[in-house]
Amino acid sequence: MPQATLLQAIHDALLEGMARDPRVILLGEDVGREGGVFRMTQGLMRRFGQERVIDTPLNEGGIIGMAIGMALNGMRPVVEIEFADFIYPAFDQIVSELAKMRYRSAGQFTAPVVVRTPSGGGIKGGHYHSQSPEAYFVHTSGLTVVMPSTPADAKGLLASAMGGEDPVIFLEPKALYRTVRGEVPEGEHRVPIGEARIARSGDDLTLVAWGAMAPVAEKAAGLAAAEGVSVEVIDPRTLWPLDIGTIVGSVNRTGRAVILHEAPRSCGFGAEVAALIQERCFLHLKAPVYRVAGFDTPFPYALEKSYLPDPRRVLAAVRAAMAF
Amino acid sequence: MNVARTEALDLHRKMGLIRRFEERAEEAYGQGKIGGFLHLYIGEEAIAVGAMAALKPDDDVVTHYRDHGYVLARGIDPGLVMAELYGKATGISKGKGGSMHMAAVDRHLWGGYAIVGGHIPLAVGLALANQYRNLPRVVTCFFGEGATNIGTFYSGLNMAAVWKVPLLAIVENNRYGMGTAVERASAVSDIYKKAACLNIPSVQIDGNDVLAVRDAVREMADKARAGGGPRLIEAKTYRFRGHSMGDPQRYRTKDEVEEAKARDPILLWRNFLLGNRIAEEADLRKISDGIEAEIETAVRFAENSPPPDPSELCANVLVAE
Repeated sequence: MPQATLLQAIHDALLEGMARDPRVILLGEDVGREGGVFRMTQGLMRRFGQERVIDTPLNEGGIIGMAIGMALNGMRPVVEIEFADFIYPAFDQIVSELAKMRYRSAGQFTAPVVVRTPSGGGIKGGHYHSQSPEAYFVHTSGLTVVMPSTPADAKGLLASAMGGEDPVIFLEPKALYRTVRGEVPEGEHRVPIGEARIARSGDDLTLVAWGAMAPVAEKAAGLAAAEGVSVEVIDPRTLWPLDIGTIVGSVNRTGRAVILHEAPRSCGFGAEVAALIQERCFLHLKAPVYRVAGFDTPFPYALEKSYLPDPRRVLAAVRAAMAF
Repeated sequence: MNVARTEALDLHRKMGLIRRFEERAEEAYGQGKIGGFLHLYIGEEAIAVGAMAALKPDDDVVTHYRDHGYVLARGIDPGLVMAELYGKATGISKGKGGSMHMAAVDRHLWGGYAIVGGHIPLAVGLALANQYRNLPRVVTCFFGEGATNIGTFYSGLNMAAVWKVPLLAIVENNRYGMGTAVERASAVSDIYKKAACLNIPSVQIDGNDVLAVRDAVREMADKARAGGGPRLIEAKTYRFRGHSMGDPQRYRTKDEVEEAKARDPILLWRNFLLGNRIAEEADLRKISDGIEAEIETAVRFAENSPPPDPSELCANVLVAE
């Protein structure tokens, strides 16, 4: 199987999705001639034309609002928001309109829009180019929220998002765009929405992590193994609808859970996962469910490395859970 | 005279139907049968009716939240609309939308939207899809003058103009955004002038003259349909009732409202019909009687319909549920 970076895998999913379905349209700021701020869409305008790869005005709310209208009217828009931090001007369109179309019309219509956006830190971007907004969107019923961490999952989940009927917020861990490589199936490849991936099997503790934190979790699991602790790493891949069954199955076996994410700790998605675990695994738990997360601060520039969880911080939580 | 008798009487019937529908809704609201908010269109009926008379049945329509008039003007059964207001399972959206969110996809009615101006980019997207799919459909987007002060008005219409999509924006200038008069909220109170900054041709019309609305909409929609890019109509009108039920209306005098009622669009059209001998009093009475019966049936349908089953609560959140 050929190797690809996360970036190439997403590019391929876009290209193949467009080739398969003429209803698929890409739109965003500089996605056409410029090929996108991360060059994700390079070459697609040349291949598919200006009608299908649309350079939009600088207007996030307008882009997503327009994509909703296009989706209602039989098209499959895939929007790029240059950075997840720029999604807030479009927050109203996502929360008030996109998420509610199906419910408010009692199923008369739905808006199958895919909103792709690079998320998370790791590139010294400071507070407007580094945030992890997943909890806002999970909190908004009517949205599917996806965040892959491997090239194969990125390709397969984006293909599923583009082929599905529901609106999807597709968060791309930009720190991993060119830093992870992996085997990616050629041609049509789908990973089902709503199924977690067990990244590493283990018996003593369940570590849940997504996006750029998934490889951090795997490194931490390696460190723990050196101390004789067997850690199971679960990457939910789809944050909503969450595959809670896989997580519960694992925690009922290991009796311990640590949740890891980049976003600030308070009211982060980890809080929801922890709540679900304690509701469903209470009698199996041997230790409190711990969270390792970003700090409750705006995203820092110079102190980014201190802000982002690293394997040693995760290991400290693993040790605490084991010693409880 | 550029209106045939059948059409003239139909315009009259539709405006009267909306008026009586809303008067009955007002009663039901007072009796606690309709929940939440109720924004009445009374005084503005000529705009919905004139516009729908000009548009083709498969032209797409997106509206603001004062939206009962549009669905009725497009010929949706008033019973379905009343049942939606009552929150009944038989409503146009099974009681999941309510007053401000009337939608009927089979009639190309894409809904009323209650985040002011939020639907303008949606309308642009619907129009872009029509353009892409080579469908000869115009999208008409209705909003109030208050919506022209929010960013989506400019950002949405800018995109419409850049891509020359078949969009007709109709601004219903009823003078008040809730309780704030247009002069107090907008640096430009002749709203049609705002389109100039986006190179969008626009016109200001008397929104209480149903024929003027029909003719302007037909002309502007045809131009947008022919690939000429978006158009904007400012239809000047006046809201006879409060912003919503229970509005104390301290922002205007009773005299001002009474004066405006002299230009009631239904009264104007009635005078036109009688004055030009298009109809006699007896014809109009017959129409009124028909409306009464239709509304009565609608109310009875809403009253007798069951509420939604609790199992509906979690249905239609996601397709893949």
